[in-house]
Amino acid sequence: MMKSLLSIDDLDRSGIIEICDLAESFLTVTHRDIPKVPALRGKTVASVFYEESTRTRLSFETAAKRLSADVMTMNMSSSSVKKGESLRDTVQTIEAMGVDAMVIRHSGAGAPNRVATWVDLSIVNAGDGRHEHPTQALLDVYTARRHLGADLSGARIAIVGDIRRSRVARSTTKAFAQLGAKVTLVAPPTMLPDSLVGWPVVASSDFDSVLPEVDLVYLLRIQHEREDSLAFPSLREYTERYGLTRDRADRLRPEVLIMHPGPMNRGVEIAPEVAESDASVITEQVENGVAVRMAVLYHLLGSGAAVA
Amino acid sequence: MPESIVIRGGQVIDSTGEKTADVLIESGQVVEVGTKLKGDRELDASGCVVSPGLVDMHVHLREPGMEEAETIETGSRAAALGGFTAVIAMPNTEPAQDDPVIIRSVLARAADALCSVHPAGAITKGRAGLELAPMGELYSLGVRVFTDDGACVASAGVMRSALQYAQSLPGAVLAQHAEDETLATGHMHEGEWSSRLGIPGRPAEAEEIIVARDCILAAQSGTPVHFLHLSTAGSVAIVRAAKARGIPVTAEAAPHHFTLTDASCASFDPLFKVNPPLRTADDIVAVKAGLADGTIDVIASDHAPHPTETKERTFEEAPPGMLGLETALALGITELVDTGVMTLAQLLAVMAWSPASLARMPDQGVVIEKGAPANLCVIDPNLSWVLDLTKLASRSRNTPLGGRALKGKNRHTIFRGEAVVIDGQAVR
Repeated sequence: MMKSLLSIDDLDRSGIIEICDLAESFLTVTHRDIPKVPALRGKTVASVFYEESTRTRLSFETAAKRLSADVMTMNMSSSSVKKGESLRDTVQTIEAMGVDAMVIRHSGAGAPNRVATWVDLSIVNAGDGRHEHPTQALLDVYTARRHLGADLSGARIAIVGDIRRSRVARSTTKAFAQLGAKVTLVAPPTMLPDSLVGWPVVASSDFDSVLPEVDLVYLLRIQHEREDSLAFPSLREYTERYGLTRDRADRLRPEVLIMHPGPMNRGVEIAPEVAESDASVITEQVENGVAVRMAVLYHLLGSGAAVA
Repeated sequence: MPESIVIRGGQVIDSTGEKTADVLIESGQVVEVGTKLKGDRELDASGCVVSPGLVDMHVHLREPGMEEAETIETGSRAAALGGFTAVIAMPNTEPAQDDPVIIRSVLARAADALCSVHPAGAITKGRAGLELAPMGELYSLGVRVFTDDGACVASAGVMRSALQYAQSLPGAVLAQHAEDETLATGHMHEGEWSSRLGIPGRPAEAEEIIVARDCILAAQSGTPVHFLHLSTAGSVAIVRAAKARGIPVTAEAAPHHFTLTDASCASFDPLFKVNPPLRTADDIVAVKAGLADGTIDVIASDHAPHPTETKERTFEEAPPGMLGLETALALGITELVDTGVMTLAQLLAVMAWSPASLARMPDQGVVIEKGAPANLCVIDPNLSWVLDLTKLASRSRNTPLGGRALKGKNRHTIFRGEAVVIDGQAVR
């Protein structure tokens, strides 16, 4: 049985499908009057976020609570980390308090991998630097399958935005490719990876030529608050060349799906009307995120018994 | 009469060739090289090579300022165990070695060390890259190698001025940590692995641009420039071309740069984090070729101790650097001699007499003959061993080579006529 989810690479094709199937049953749970099952009663999940996050942290904590796990929330900005405690000391302290799983978000790539070498409990990567965000990838695949069909082989997917600096892209690309989708990365050359060796994708810097041929457009958040301003000249120019404007949305196939990991910059990578359109499943991604994270926690910590 | 030492039955190798002979040492000097010599004390060298002591042009002894990582005492002991009889201590101490007071204090602290410790002087004040350090004053204290290592002298204007100024300091060498800091903003080699791992990169061109620039400045000034830890195929090609044109440049390679690739970083273990970063397999091939054809003049370890807790961070947060003094020789034998890149005599050239000459150390790397200063090492080139981190003499443990099978080990070290390492044990 799998102990930790550090990277989407920890799951093969059947593992991804298993999580999706599990999520499907948990989604029905979340729609009940009392959206709670006793699957992880007695288990403790620590949510250890070294980086600001609202939606991912809430999503994980909601997922854990709906499985009846106890949730320990560490506020790292006001903890001993500020006093200079090392990552190793911090996570070993948390382990000593008796937790079963640690959900970790960190600004440094590979932080969950490091933590997994220091403690003997389940680690879930909730986003590490520019490296990976595997539960985002799982909820993206789950959402896409609900609309495009369980078999994604041959589905044409464009992932648009700052791929180079995106942990979402590093996980989601691999997850879609595992299920047989054809992924095209779309970005200015300064936002494409320095090397595409080992990436199961093709790349393009011409959004308009990719646009009419895709079944799913996945837009990444443009991090315009970053200091690194050399990737593109201005938000206006980015929107003009890579934004999913109304005009571009009109040129998409009618049955296209539009996704975004959030939070959105409306008017930058996506026009507000497009985000609200029927093609957009952005809100549904958030809802599915809870079910998928329930599935991941259950997969790692559950007894293996069938879900109620 | 002081005690005499005879090194019995080794293969004596120096810059003039090799022969089987005993070496008799007395009063700090080699007094005889021959057969059936007698001394007060015998050091067995059967099956071993007797060489001028190794010289490491690039070590960080961390004193003053970072004694929790290393001290002159522990670092020089690690050096002696590694077969080194002289090291150059890099100036990124705290405070930096940019002032006569600091240089004098390092020299004083090194007076009873187990090897010769030569502090390098900073090129600029505080290694900040802005104003020249008092190079002449440091020169008067014996400093010959100047560098801001750890930092690149980023400004071409400052570097040109330093090189011109050094024209008045005969024998001075300016050593460059060649990485353009506007490009080398990340933490590992930029390429396939950094792209996969999402770790911001330090591209090859960051190094190559500075190497090319400083070849031009060396040609213009006539002052020799030494490139520290050359790591890319492009840099090797640039230095090779510059040397062919007679430009006074030299270069070193660090053992980790011909042993490990950037793929190691996939573990996210900061023990693999160094500046310049571990490169690709193609770069290793080029560095080895550069060592074989003389483009790269010396091997230097870039011994960079760090306390364990500073490496118990994420890759991006941990400081760069790994230990080298106690593994440099073995990596040279394992990765270069055993693989046919060079002979053992050629390895000793790049680890002993070439660096001694480059770093202007007249008492090091000299031919083993009557009257020579007795700075020697006795190496067992065939000994297979496994690196045990708990046995390191260094105060730090930051090497990724723990548990690795290595070949070749220093057995005895003679420093200024004294046996400071006997059968792999330091005498103090």
